Order: sequence, then structure tokens, then C-alpha cells
Amino acid sequence: MPDIKKGTWVEIEQVVLTPAERASTLPEDTKKVPYLMRVSGFLTADASLGEDVEIRTIIGRSLLGKLVTINPSYSHSFGKTVPELLTIGTEAENDK
Amino acid sequence: MTNKDMSYSAVTARKNEIMKSSLGIDYDDFVQSPVAFDYERMMRETGYSMDDIIRIQAETKVGNTPLFELRNLTEAVRKISPPGKGALILVKDEAANASGSFKARRAAVSAYEAKKKGFKGMIAATSGNYGVAVASQAVQRGLKCIIVQEVFDSRWVGQPEIIEKSRACEAYGAEVLKLTVGPELFYMLLRTLEETGFFNASLYTPFGIRGVESLGFEVAQQVRARYGKDPDAVAITHAGGGNLTGTARGLLAAGCKDTRIIACSVDLSGLHMASDHDFNRKSFTTGHTGFGVPFATWPDRVDVPRNAARSLRYMDAYQLVTQGEVFYMTELLTKLEGLERGPAGNTSLTAAVTLARQMDKDQIVVVQETEYTGAGKHHNSQLSFARENGIEVRRGDPKDNIPGKTIVLPKRLDQVRGMEQDIDKLRHSYLTNAARVLPAADWSEGDIAFLAADIKKTPDWVKQNLPA
Repeated sequence: MPDIKKGTWVEIEQVVLTPAERASTLPEDTKKVPYLMRVSGFLTADASLGEDVEIRTIIGRSLLGKLVTINPSYSHSFGKTVPELLTIGTEAENDK
Repeated sequence: MTNKDMSYSAVTARKNEIMKSSLGIDYDDFVQSPVAFDYERMMRETGYSMDDIIRIQAETKVGNTPLFELRNLTEAVRKISPPGKGALILVKDEAANASGSFKARRAAVSAYEAKKKGFKGMIAATSGNYGVAVASQAVQRGLKCIIVQEVFDSRWVGQPEIIEKSRACEAYGAEVLKLTVGPELFYMLLRTLEETGFFNASLYTPFGIRGVESLGFEVAQQVRARYGKDPDAVAITHAGGGNLTGTARGLLAAGCKDTRIIACSVDLSGLHMASDHDFNRKSFTTGHTGFGVPFATWPDRVDVPRNAARSLRYMDAYQLVTQGEVFYMTELLTKLEGLERGPAGNTSLTAAVTLARQMDKDQIVVVQETEYTGAGKHHNSQLSFARENGIEVRRGDPKDNIPGKTIVLPKRLDQVRGMEQDIDKLRHSYLTNAARVLPAADWSEGDIAFLAADIKKTPDWVKQNLPA
């Protein structure tokens, strides 16, 4: 049974070019891997993770691909504190 | 859906036809020979005056950004400079534009043009601030927007800086096509232009570059109004060349003939720009030599037939700085000047320290941009990510920086020295590239005149320096 409802904000994945279809001038490490794309949109019919699905993007385009993420989100941050930055331009720097 | 052949070779072979219909410019109209074209006429025929550009940009929250004195930094530079040296450092706070960078100037004119020509939407292929700018400008003109971005390596790991730009583009209502590493980004752009019939908001169109002219023009006006003279030098972060070209043209349009134009890039030599492995070992995604050098030495390597951004035409000197120096200066700008801005925009700030030390106290050096900062797009994010990816981060002498291996944050301001790049070497390299398009033996007087203007030299200099 498809467990993800139509209208859910999801992310799909497409193989744009297989390694054999890629540009000829690539460095070796890049040549070995396929050229992939991910795009977010609203699911147009009930589906399950991993299935081939259709989405409607935020501007209304219809795109096809494998369903890989439900409710794709951003979690990038300021990172872990880099202590080497703390002393720049402060009293602590003058003490060095 | 179309029945056209969508293979890599078939789509790229349709390049000229796709470009013509997605831009409304027929570049053939300006071509004079395989190497030469009428650059000034191409720029003029955009049909916009400086007043038009300023008005269009004002309609969409772009331009008239503040020019600040960096008084504490100037004082600190004077303390480490020889007697009588230490120019006043000014910064143009371009983060104040809608979307947070000078790129809004480029996008504003493109969006206006796209709307005027009746396009329903616009597309740009970029992982930089430009994508965010296009998205922000498109929404204000009632246009749809697609941004084609190189985001991930093959492990689906992305630079925090680029992830933040994906987020910002989506925040402004754009559809973002997030791709893995590869130059096929251009193929994806062509394919999407063909599928949608949208406007190609390339970074390198005459509209985009003319949009940056208002930046140079404002710098000239603001410096004159406050100090009663022209800026002595303007430091400009250099990647694809549009920032430098547009700013320099704007300064010239205002009559600043003696202002020195200094290009600055982060030195990333040794890292391959199309390598899946090297992708996340760069701590700068723009403003670096991976773009700066190839685009200076052959501008016409872009997604339009003729690039309107031609940096060697305007450049007087080219400073290289290390990643560590820029991160150090970004922190120092925050701590000394109370101005927290994104690192990539501080590349020219870093070069300005070196310049100010060599210049007289009564001279003025302008850093012509800043960019917004936030989660992902912050020097702490970038350094933390570098460390997680096995890159050594430490304090020390920045000469020990090794791109992709070690980031050395200077211990003191006097270690921020940058490195002057031999600009004549770049000019020779440009001529060598031109000779690949048309053998030097076949260059006409007209070709030589074009090439000379394109590298800011005389025709005689070109004749004396013909590539072998």
C-alpha cells in the first residue's frame, strides 16, 4: 500500500546521465559516477519511498523521478565552533 | 514533452539555436572575425542608459548601498605600514541589496529585460549568490524562476555555503535543480531552457554586466561627494569577470580615468574544478583562481556565445590571497568594525589590506562589495566543514596554506600580504588562447586592435608579443 499521500512535499532523484553518457573531458573520479539530480515538489499521487513518481514543482512544472525524501528540509548550521577564530581581533590575540 | 534527441551531444549541438531564442540577442550580428567582435556596440545596444539602470534597480530594491569608512581597520593597517603609508579603506556594503549581494544588480536588469520581452520565467545555472539574486528579482517582476545548481559530490555531501544558497533560492519561490559535480551543468541549463522557453539569465549577458555598472558609478559619486576626489584604487573580487568588468565600466562612465582596478582571487591552484573528490575540499566556492584565471585568459568559455565580462580589458593588477587570509579578515571585520559579512565577499577586503599598506595615507582604496552571512554561509561553517573533511585548520603564517590540505589563519595582521600575480603572463596566455581560435599569422589589423583593447595594451604590444 502506498503510504505517502498525494500533495506531500517530497524530493525526487533522477539519473540525468549514466557514466557512459557523460561529457568526455571529465577527470577520472568524476567519470566513474553518474550525473544525478534532486528536486523538490508536491507528490501528484499516493506513493511509497523508492518508487518512480511524478511531482509538481513550486513553479508548477511536472517532473518524474525516484521518490527519495519525504518533507525535504535544511539543517545546515554555523558548524562546530572553530576556536582558532575566537582570538582574532581580541585581547587574547594581543596576549600572544 | 518533446521527441527531440536529449543526449549530451545532441543538446549541446543545439546550443546556438537555444541561446538565440532564450536571450533574444543574435550574437552573430556583432562578430567581426573568429576572434574579434564589436564589444562596445553589443554593450550599447542593450538600450539602457545609466539612468535607466539605476531606475530599474531602484524599483526592485537594488542599489544606493552605503559606503562605509573602515576606521579601525585603517588604523590597524597604518600601525604596520611604513611612515606616511596606509590608505583609507572604504567598503561598499552590497549586502544591503535585496537578496544580500551585488549580484542583485546583475539579476535586476536581466529580469527587467525578460519581462519586457514577454518571457514567462528565467533560468540561471549557478551555485553562487547570483541564483539567489535571480530568484529574488524574478519574484518581484512576476516571473517564474529555475536555478540549476551544482550542489553535491557523489556521496550527496554539499558545501554548507551552497546548501544555504539552495535554501535561499527556494525561499524566494524558485525551483532548484540540485546536481552532482560536473561540467554537464551547462547541458542541464540548455535542456531546461529548451523545455521551458524561459529567459536565459546568464551571468555573462550584456544586461548582467551593464547592471553592475551602477556599482562603479555609485562608488565614484559617493567618494567624490565625501572626499572631493576620485578613489585611487578599487579592489574587486574576481571570478567570472563580471564584477570587475561592470564596476570598472561604471567608474569610467563617471569619469574616473586614473582609478586603479585591482582584481583579487582566492588562490586554489592545484584543485580540479570538475573533480568529484576535490569538490568539497575547496573552502571557497567562488572568487577563486579556478574561475578567475581561466575567465581572464579566455572569457568566451561561458554559456553565451560572447562574454560581456572581459576582465583583462579593465584590470591594472591582480592580487592572489589565501583562504586563511580571507577567513582571518572576515573575523577581523566583525571584531574591529562590527560588521558580520560572508567570507567570499571579503576576498577584496583582504587584498585591500596589502594595497593600503603600499599606498599613501591621503589615498583611498575602496572594497566594492560585501555579501550576506548566515548559517552555512559563514566562515565558521566553512572552516568547521573543512575540518570535518580532513583539512587542517590552524593559526600561523599564511604562506603555509595548501589548497585542499591546509588552511592557515594568520597570527597577526602584518602576515596578511597576498601575492601579486604577473598580469602580463595572463595577457600572454590570453593571446595563446586567441591563437587557438585563429592562428596569429591570420590576425588582421582589426583583430589585433580588438585583442589589444581586450587586454588593455596597445596594438604594438600585441605585435611584439605574438604567440609562437
